[in-house]
Amino acid sequence: MAKFFAVTIIVIAIASAIPILRHTWPEPPDISVHGHLIDEQMSETMAEAGISFLAAQFILAIFIWKFSNRPKDAKISKFPGGARGLVIAAFLLVGTEVLALGIFGTRAWASVYFTPPSADAMPVQVQAGQFAFYFRYPGPDGKFGPLHASLINESNANFFGLDQTNDQDSKDDIVTAEMAIPVNREIHLLMHAKDVGHSFYVPELRVQQDFVPGLDLSIHFTATKIGRYEIVCTQLCGLGHYNMKAYLSVLSQVDFDDWLKKQAALQ
Amino acid sequence: MHDVSAHAAQHHTPPQGFIRKHVFSLDHKVIGKQYYALALVAVFVGMVLSWIMRLHLGWTNLAIPGLHLLSKTGAPGDLMTPEYYLQLMTMHGTIMVFFVLTTAPFAAFGNFFLPIQVGAEDMPFPRFNMMSFWVTFVAFLVLISSFFVGDGPTLGGWTQYAPLNAVGAVGGPGEGLGVVLWAASIAIFCVGQLLGSLNFITTTLDLRVKGMSLMRLPLTAWAWFITSCMGLTAFAVLMPACILVILDHVAGTSFFVPSNLVINDQLQPHSGGSTLLWQHLFWFFGHPEVYIAIVPGMGIVSHVLITNMRRPLLSHRVMIGCMAAIAILSYMVYGHHMFVSGMNPFSSLAFSFPTLIITIPATIIVLLWIGSLYGSRLRINTASLFALGFISMFVAGGVSGFFLAQPSIDIMLHATYFVVGHFHMVMAVAAIFGIFAATYFWFPKMTGRMMNETLGKVHFWLSFVGTYCIFMPFHYLGIAANVRRYQAFVDEYLQPLIPVHRFITVAAIVTGVAQFIFLYNLIHSRFWGKPAPDNPWEATSLEWSTPTPPPFDNFGGKQPVVYHDPYQYGVQSSTGDYVMQASPEQVATEHEEK
Repeated sequence: MAKFFAVTIIVIAIASAIPILRHTWPEPPDISVHGHLIDEQMSETMAEAGISFLAAQFILAIFIWKFSNRPKDAKISKFPGGARGLVIAAFLLVGTEVLALGIFGTRAWASVYFTPPSADAMPVQVQAGQFAFYFRYPGPDGKFGPLHASLINESNANFFGLDQTNDQDSKDDIVTAEMAIPVNREIHLLMHAKDVGHSFYVPELRVQQDFVPGLDLSIHFTATKIGRYEIVCTQLCGLGHYNMKAYLSVLSQVDFDDWLKKQAALQ
Repeated sequence: MHDVSAHAAQHHTPPQGFIRKHVFSLDHKVIGKQYYALALVAVFVGMVLSWIMRLHLGWTNLAIPGLHLLSKTGAPGDLMTPEYYLQLMTMHGTIMVFFVLTTAPFAAFGNFFLPIQVGAEDMPFPRFNMMSFWVTFVAFLVLISSFFVGDGPTLGGWTQYAPLNAVGAVGGPGEGLGVVLWAASIAIFCVGQLLGSLNFITTTLDLRVKGMSLMRLPLTAWAWFITSCMGLTAFAVLMPACILVILDHVAGTSFFVPSNLVINDQLQPHSGGSTLLWQHLFWFFGHPEVYIAIVPGMGIVSHVLITNMRRPLLSHRVMIGCMAAIAILSYMVYGHHMFVSGMNPFSSLAFSFPTLIITIPATIIVLLWIGSLYGSRLRINTASLFALGFISMFVAGGVSGFFLAQPSIDIMLHATYFVVGHFHMVMAVAAIFGIFAATYFWFPKMTGRMMNETLGKVHFWLSFVGTYCIFMPFHYLGIAANVRRYQAFVDEYLQPLIPVHRFITVAAIVTGVAQFIFLYNLIHSRFWGKPAPDNPWEATSLEWSTPTPPPFDNFGGKQPVVYHDPYQYGVQSSTGDYVMQASPEQVATEHEEK
């Protein structure tokens, strides 16, 4: 029974590692400038976590195999180095490992959150509400008009609560249900939630940020590959949460300009 | 370090009549069993809910026969609505975290065994103790009642994020009365836990018998003591937070709702609240809660393994120190649940480092277990199998913590199935394996009868392999960016992952069915099991010095005196390779006794 248990632990440990090693269900491809930092951090962590996992399971299995059901008079011996050795090993190995992960991981985090967007980053505003995203582009004047919560009305498509009659800056604002951005251009995404908590997650962009009602946040990123991707909500927001999504089209600059012109004409 | 005079405090006369003996009992052992029974009912309810959810996730358009009986509106024609999925999910999480993972390893076993292990006749405040159970029972009824009133239970998840938890019925089904019942239930639950924690702390500090110094306490007693210290502070924060949610619903306050929210085109009548405040309050409780669930398991696994290894751990002190370190650090790490919440990104780093550092005491604990296996005479029985399974599971779930402790990686993995896999393995299943180890180990003492070992082993094998089949794939799904809390996977990039969900569903049903073997074994052995001797495992701590099952005052009117450290195994004594704590026999030991 003990030996069978030991073998089972080893088989499970190896079987658990195979899909990771073979990339059976890989992470979505990275299409961002900063994403490689996150991916490298992920690979390093995977290596360290994987080795720790396999080593611990193997040693556990080997000791179960070796030391179970021994005769009553078998001598009880002590692990070489005793508790002191293990504590020192844990501090040195795991301590160094986690500190290194923490320190190097800061680079990736800093690239997203500690650097301000560049001056020529293109601003786009996203409004999250049960259960859709809407996007706003500032139009030719480069300015967003103010939001008026009391004017938000989905039935007449005023998703942001704009007063386009009275607010000069709002007149040329372009509101869309799909997000399009030019490739290789930094985007400064201004995030606003109108009702409850939501999140903006584009796995390929290596971007995930919650919307906080009552608090306007922003993130910035640059997409490097033309294509069509999905923006999904990851913060439980109500019954339609699973279906709260929008598309993100990463276009060439020319195609983007065309797209924006068409959207402006539809306003 | 002991206070014999304090014993006068917990004396009470033998109970008379059915009500006093079995219902409103003041006896810590009966209260412990009541907690266990409550956790048992709760765990099967929670498990059936998870089956329903898993079936729906595997085959979204599948009619689940009889589901309409649970809710006509939630499952018309036995087809689950999106909101009903979320409602069941919320109830699954809440029931499991509060009424199983907190109740069974801490309140159930702690109540039964802590006073006996310190040599006391009962807890110091038996009426508080009785109240703590009945308050918890009421909390459970209040939570369950939300299935049957209004438009059902809340759908906001066990974390109940603001402002969805405070805007009222306009937020969706269950967000009105459902949330109020949820918050009321949890606030009541907190009262029960606070009363229990007070009793546990006082029992440990004041009621130890002669010779029972703190260092002579078994590791289970230490684990319950440390857990009760955490419980006292963590539940004391959650309870007012829940009351504030209720006030937002019924008193027109705006603690968690900011101004200018528009729901269904209606401007909401709230202003000035903070949504992040809830997350801070919740996770200040929530992260210690993870350890409230798992630290008793660490104590139980140590206790069960030591008995079956026939040797003490490599270091008793280091084990205690690590459990205490985890408890202290648990208050400094809670922000790792909030890396992408909109909290100041510098705070994320401040929370990330303690989270990474907490792996050091956790690693030392695992190394102490594994290192102590070396050169031992390990006995394989159902209890030790579950204890060893706990270690395997704790490691598997623990290493995924390396990822989630880092804010940069959390950008990818936050709110995905990776998180679900992580916490199910490291705190849920590991803790449940601890509960199983404790059940198979202590059942003879609790009931006077042995459990069936063959059935126990079948239960173990199905649970061990089944658990890996369910929760390891969750990690793969998370890496592939599979978002959690979705009732169906409509996004294009999630389509290739649906077969993995189906595999998990089948594994969950098989593993769940195996739990009925346990239930059968438990009930059958309770009435028809082989009569248990007083000390079937040749163990040393005080619970094995009492008759089986223990009399109402635990030691039959005699007060034990402790002569030894808790785990004197691998020695030569008149009884064999161990000497009991209460035995005056002097034996040669490897270490000098404390």
